[in-house]
Amino acid sequence: MSLAALVVLLPLAAAALLGLIPSMRLAAWANFAMAALTFAAALALAWIAPAPSGAWLTDGLALHMAVLTAFIGMTSAGYSVAYIGAELAAGRMERSGARTYHVMFQALLGFMLLALLADNPAITWVAMEAATIAAAIVVALPATAAAIEAAWKYFILCGVGVALALFGTVVLYLAGQGALGPGPAGLSWTALTAAAPRCSAAVLNLAFVFLLIGYGTKAALAPLHAWMPDAHAEGPTPVSAILAASIMNVALVAILRLRGIMEANNLAHGGALPPGPPLMALGLLSLLLAAFSLWRRRDVKRFFAFSTIEQSGVAAYAFGLGGAGATYAGLLHLTLHTIAKAAVYFPVGQAAQMKGGQSFDRISGLLGSHRGLGLALACAILAVAGLPPFGLFSSEFLVLTETLLRQPLLALPLGIGLLTGAWALIARLQTLCLGRPTPDRFPRPHPAALVPAFLHLVVVLVLGLAMPQGVANWFADIAGAITPGTVNPAASGPAAVSP
Amino acid sequence: MPHAGPHMLDYDLAHVLGAGVLLFSFAQLYQRRVIAMANAYAAQSVLLAAAAFWQGWVQGATELYVTGALTLIAKGLLIPLALHWIVRRLDAQRSIDPVLGVFPTMAIGVAMVTLAILVILPMTISAAALAREDLALALSVVLLGLLAMITRRTVLPQVVGFLSLENGLILAAIGVVGMPLLVELSIAVLVLVATAVFGLLVRRMRERFASLELHHLDRVGGAQR
Repeated sequence: MSLAALVVLLPLAAAALLGLIPSMRLAAWANFAMAALTFAAALALAWIAPAPSGAWLTDGLALHMAVLTAFIGMTSAGYSVAYIGAELAAGRMERSGARTYHVMFQALLGFMLLALLADNPAITWVAMEAATIAAAIVVALPATAAAIEAAWKYFILCGVGVALALFGTVVLYLAGQGALGPGPAGLSWTALTAAAPRCSAAVLNLAFVFLLIGYGTKAALAPLHAWMPDAHAEGPTPVSAILAASIMNVALVAILRLRGIMEANNLAHGGALPPGPPLMALGLLSLLLAAFSLWRRRDVKRFFAFSTIEQSGVAAYAFGLGGAGATYAGLLHLTLHTIAKAAVYFPVGQAAQMKGGQSFDRISGLLGSHRGLGLALACAILAVAGLPPFGLFSSEFLVLTETLLRQPLLALPLGIGLLTGAWALIARLQTLCLGRPTPDRFPRPHPAALVPAFLHLVVVLVLGLAMPQGVANWFADIAGAITPGTVNPAASGPAAVSP
Repeated sequence: MPHAGPHMLDYDLAHVLGAGVLLFSFAQLYQRRVIAMANAYAAQSVLLAAAAFWQGWVQGATELYVTGALTLIAKGLLIPLALHWIVRRLDAQRSIDPVLGVFPTMAIGVAMVTLAILVILPMTISAAALAREDLALALSVVLLGLLAMITRRTVLPQVVGFLSLENGLILAAIGVVGMPLLVELSIAVLVLVATAVFGLLVRRMRERFASLELHHLDRVGGAQR
């Protein structure tokens, strides 16, 4: 069995096993242990970086995203130990609910890793669909009318999106059929990317439209984002971190691979649509819509869901700009945002548990009453807002520089969106962390539960202040490898896809 | 020998079956009762299964027989039965509350089919004729499923629209020669469909029990919903 298969099978096996553990405390720790094991396996896989072979796609992009997803999975599982304990103690969750939570958590993780590592658009689709169902079940867990409504909305909207993506997948296969012939060879990301110049351009265009709408729904790009705020606000908080961070990334990776195929075809004989403009348009629309919507939110988790839509828009916009530099910026932004946003959700979840509500008037003055929690939240919000010591400043700066180089006029809406969003975040930071402290209704969580949040902040800080040369090369290699038409001397490492 | 027969018959029968699937999408659009919509869905699924069997025979592919059998048993029989059960036992809305009248809905439906044909046929000139026309029919079924979801106000008919949309996906997949992982894909679609029906059940049961809870009584006064 290959290591890639192990990375996917570990969480899926854990999902089956966790349903059998009677003690919820033990199950929570087992959940964390299995997620940590998965992370270790993903790290080992990225370290060895086996040549892409057979069913598994192990190029730099897949490996990087797998490590990132497994990392978020591990820290969220660690955070869940205290979170689920508090939910059980407060009577907001039944034991059966906690069991379902652990099973679905691992299933979600396993299917996301499968979607990233499978060298087959159809398997990617199946995994994405399974992850959608697992996430919908978790969102419905609080079993309040609002949670069930949110899960239903999530399921139906993403179900339709996923359905359109399947149609796009069938059309994608049809587009490659002339070049690759019928049979399994015609449905492989590697083969399609290599044969992209010989694919039927018109059919590719059709596939692109459907896949962009389908996976764009999962990436919460406006105007397909309607499910996201509800699912975030009503579901358990650790899952908000995963929904915000990872499902969105998995969908964006699929879009990114599709962009490579379209661009390669476009460069070869100009038949396929350039994928950049639609991506930039969706990205900017998401950014602006979400940045202005931030001002009207009253619910903390809903507020940060809109912030996620905004950042997803920035990444999609950067990918649409094209070129290795913008792709580098987009990848860096996606990675850092994933880590920073999870660092926001961890303290927000604890605050909401303590205060017994998640509206802004319930949660205030955290720095005064709970120093560690308030500090973590304040730093995380600053990081997401893209302020200097943290890494998102450099990635947003890079996106802006690339814009000035390639599309100077678009720098205006981009800048307005980024500033409006950051301003809203800072304004909320003041009420959440400063202000007059609100009373606690439930016991405060154990200080150790904040470890994941601080761990994330340290990573974002290090990547912002002093990114190791190896990491920078790693990102540059990936960006070069997935951007057709770039001559990248650095792209000779394990990340390079054979042309 | 499956390939010995005249080519035109393969082609014509595949068309007739594909068109039949599309016809039942239209039939769902003008129904006034949920049960009738579910029955139209069942008939559509049976035709879809027949189309899969026929393609299996023409292409000589076992995978397509499996897909056909899955479609016939699950979508032609079990899911319609489940829908009937939900409507009867949980006293779901028996009538459909459409946003638009029959004529405008049908007119939009025809426009969508035209759009599908105008989009697909010129774009896929390089592909085999059967695959193109099958794809145009499949896209029409998908679009009509979306239309059925949009033009209904209540959840149950929306779910039936979603189910018929998924039938369009299977129709697309079976028409493309040598589509890999067809069985896996059809199982995955089936799981999606089953989850939709199950979610509908949970939601409806919850609504029923929630209305019996005491703290909801103060809200019952004026508005029912």
